[in-house]
Amino acid sequence: MKKQRFWPLMMILLGAFYFLIPLYATFEFSLRERRGEYSFDAYGNVLGDPQFRDSFVYSVLLALATIVVSLLLIVPTAFWVHLKLPRLRPVIEFITLLPFVVPPIVLVFGLIRIYSRPPFVLVSSPALLVAGYVVLSFPYMYRAVDTGLRAIDVRSLTEAAQSLGAGWLTILLHVIFPNLRVSLLNGAFLTFAIVLGEFTMATMLNWPTFGPYLALVGQNRAYEPAALAILSFGLTWICVGLIQLFSRGSPEQGQLAGTH
Amino acid sequence: MAFLELENIRKSFGATAAVELFNLQAEQGEFVTFLGPSGCGKTTTLRMIAGFEQPTAGEIRVAGLNITHQPPNQRQIGMVFQSYALFPNMTVADNIGFGLKVAGKTLAEIKGRVEEMLRLVDLPTLGKRYPHQLSGGQQQRVALARALAIEPRLLLLDEPLSALDAKIRISLRNELRAIQRRLGITTIYVTHDQEEALSLSDRIVVMNAGQVEQIGPPFEIYNFPATPFVARFVGTLNVLQARVVDQTQGHLEINGQPIYTAKSLSNAKNGERLSVAVRPEMIGVIQADDGTAHNQLHGTVEDVMFLGAVVRVRLSLSENTLFFDTFNNPHLEMPRLGQSLTVRFPREAVLMFDADSLSRSL
Repeated sequence: MKKQRFWPLMMILLGAFYFLIPLYATFEFSLRERRGEYSFDAYGNVLGDPQFRDSFVYSVLLALATIVVSLLLIVPTAFWVHLKLPRLRPVIEFITLLPFVVPPIVLVFGLIRIYSRPPFVLVSSPALLVAGYVVLSFPYMYRAVDTGLRAIDVRSLTEAAQSLGAGWLTILLHVIFPNLRVSLLNGAFLTFAIVLGEFTMATMLNWPTFGPYLALVGQNRAYEPAALAILSFGLTWICVGLIQLFSRGSPEQGQLAGTH
Repeated sequence: MAFLELENIRKSFGATAAVELFNLQAEQGEFVTFLGPSGCGKTTTLRMIAGFEQPTAGEIRVAGLNITHQPPNQRQIGMVFQSYALFPNMTVADNIGFGLKVAGKTLAEIKGRVEEMLRLVDLPTLGKRYPHQLSGGQQQRVALARALAIEPRLLLLDEPLSALDAKIRISLRNELRAIQRRLGITTIYVTHDQEEALSLSDRIVVMNAGQVEQIGPPFEIYNFPATPFVARFVGTLNVLQARVVDQTQGHLEINGQPIYTAKSLSNAKNGERLSVAVRPEMIGVIQADDGTAHNQLHGTVEDVMFLGAVVRVRLSLSENTLFFDTFNNPHLEMPRLGQSLTVRFPREAVLMFDADSLSRSL
């Protein structure tokens, strides 16, 4: 009995150390700004930096815009594919996985080439950055929505709503969206996390977002990057906690799409 | 003019024909069942009435109006699904009120109607529950209430009882029929269960491989099947190999024993082999020969199955096997294995099909 418990316990401890030691080390380092004693000075510097606040708020706004556009694009598409074109499912899945294959740097140069001359001159608009982020969010958003749609009987629910007189918009808003709540939250939080840390596109299109700011701080400061790392870790944790909270008591099983 | 009319409906998926030349006239308040094995086209036909599928050809009319190309959400046709299809994010009351809300009814109207519907399906206290907190039977009652709340012109039910266990299936079946009669709503019911079809329907449409085999009241479908398929599919049937002795007198021979049909055999030649069919319940154990115009067959008891109210006996006549039913009676002796027995059945009970068509329908 004792022997049976020993090895599994060792494995868990080993795994825990693997994650916790770097985290602890980073945390400990971030407290050393003041010589000889622990302090939260680095955190104070980070939070007090107006550039931190500006770039963070800016990225949050971009992330929210990305989530809205991505949802409006992906949910109806995935719904329609499920309902009417199930044979297209592998094709759509392949397309949504392309951002994993095509590096962001290639994507962003493509965007710049196409949208820097008439008829579409968009390089100077943040809309182009949001559009790029929407593409980056495809794999996460589509997977999440697709999993959610598989968990409910889309066809019967749609037909039941139709026979009760509902049109497509009512069906999407009152039947499909609410039943995908957990999936949509999953996709939304993952998108949020990606947009918040995105560096390449923001730099190439020259927008003052959080990603480039992180890089900048990382190059120029010693203790602040560690504090920032701990802060973003905390933020991610809050996101995960929120997903768990919202998925409670929901008929679809709340599963975390664990890619990031 | 009938209330619901289906005229020359056809439906093909690519090269395969799912439904061919379907014609039906259903009166206001009638309960019509589409009965057939899976893949016979019954559900496809129902879905065409609901508007979820477009017929390849033909016309569907309700109260004289052509609805063939009307979108499903404008047809005012209530539908109940095998999988219940309740909206999981809404309470029972919200589910039932959904159609009314879509139609733009006031909150007070919706509340009143929802309560009325909950009473109708005998779930007056469950309005605040969520679907996943209900049993299957309760969920299907809610689905029925939801479909009826919008006061549809037609009610369509797609195997609504198939997912339920036997006891609830029967009680809900009776309740469904009572509600349907009370509201007088024209109803189309799809099932592969012949007992359900027989017990519920005013008329049954028996379908096979996209074709309508027979349309008629349950009594007629069961007692006077028009095709071998109908005879096979509805109820159990003894199929016996026989040889024609004298076609003008309807004289046949089964394992050397003579039997007679009610009519002469106009299509058969003397000496030809063919199949005849007899329902198990038409056959009885002979007590004494009273000399009336009954057929008699002599055989050996091979098996006795005690089914409760009924005892089913398998009788062997060397080359043929014959099932027959007797009512259970504690004061009578049950047939014993190996015992030789003579059974009798009226001449009218002999159903005639040629050997070809019967084997095709197996």
